[in-house]
Amino acid sequence: MKAKIYVTLKRGVLDPQGKAIRASLPQLGIDGVEEIRVGKFMEVTMREVGADEARRRLDEACRRLLANTVIEEYRIEIGG
Amino acid sequence: MKTAVLVFPGSNCDHDAYHALKHVVGVDAEFVWHKQPSLDGFDAVVIPGGFTYGDYLRSGAMAKLSPVMGAVRRFAERGGPVIGICNGFQILLEAGLLPGAMIVNDSLRFVCDYVHLVAVTDRTPFTRGVPAGTLLKIPVAHYQGNYYADERTLSAIEERGQVVFRYCDPEGNVTSESNPNGSARNIAGVCNEAGNVLGMMPHPERCSEEVLGSADGRRLFDAMVAWLGERTA
Repeated sequence: MKAKIYVTLKRGVLDPQGKAIRASLPQLGIDGVEEIRVGKFMEVTMREVGADEARRRLDEACRRLLANTVIEEYRIEIGG
Repeated sequence: MKTAVLVFPGSNCDHDAYHALKHVVGVDAEFVWHKQPSLDGFDAVVIPGGFTYGDYLRSGAMAKLSPVMGAVRRFAERGGPVIGICNGFQILLEAGLLPGAMIVNDSLRFVCDYVHLVAVTDRTPFTRGVPAGTLLKIPVAHYQGNYYADERTLSAIEERGQVVFRYCDPEGNVTSESNPNGSARNIAGVCNEAGNVLGMMPHPERCSEEVLGSADGRRLFDAMVAWLGERTA
């Protein structure tokens, strides 16, 4: 079972990294990028469990470790 | 009177804290490895700075799951004094023992410098005798010291007297220029509601002797010893 987890900073939390990256794009001649928000992407491989159970376990993992919900939000995709 | 200095994989200010406590302040200190599930027999806990678990995932994210952190939680619930310095502060935030979170410095640079702090409250065991308005010169050294909490939380902790230190200029003015990392409301240190758990980014253990450039940090450890003395008296 594969899963994907996306952890991103909440709206309103400053992302200095994203700001710096965005500011350097015009130096490549790439214009029109208004904002970049940097986050984390995690690829998870699980032993055979049902999709619902996998989501339940990963949701707990996100809440308790993989994301800090004071500043971050997360999204889990099961399968693929 | 015995203080515990916690040691995690990647702690690197543990010896500085031990030295300040044992050789400068003169209180008994002992290293406690993070796998210890108990803090029985200790009167105060110092969570030192460093880069626990290489700062993987987020600073302090993995350290909060170490067995000793369960003991820290119980110790704190019983009213025992706990101070988390730098990475120790980050661990306390991650563990939910203190409100808020840390994000990357707004400058995107590791900041390593002396800063000035103004004390906001003397209600913690570490700031007893350091009245509001007191200026302290203490070094910082961190990349993720940009204190964040949502506006509602910030207002709540201000009202409850949980803001303990703010970054300021040498005259004590709290300005954006004197804020080394972008912290909300220049916050450099916060405590829990009860006041016995303090987290701060600056390093008092690095400035507890004049020969190091400042002895202001010693005031926090002296306060802790006095507080413990009163409690056991």
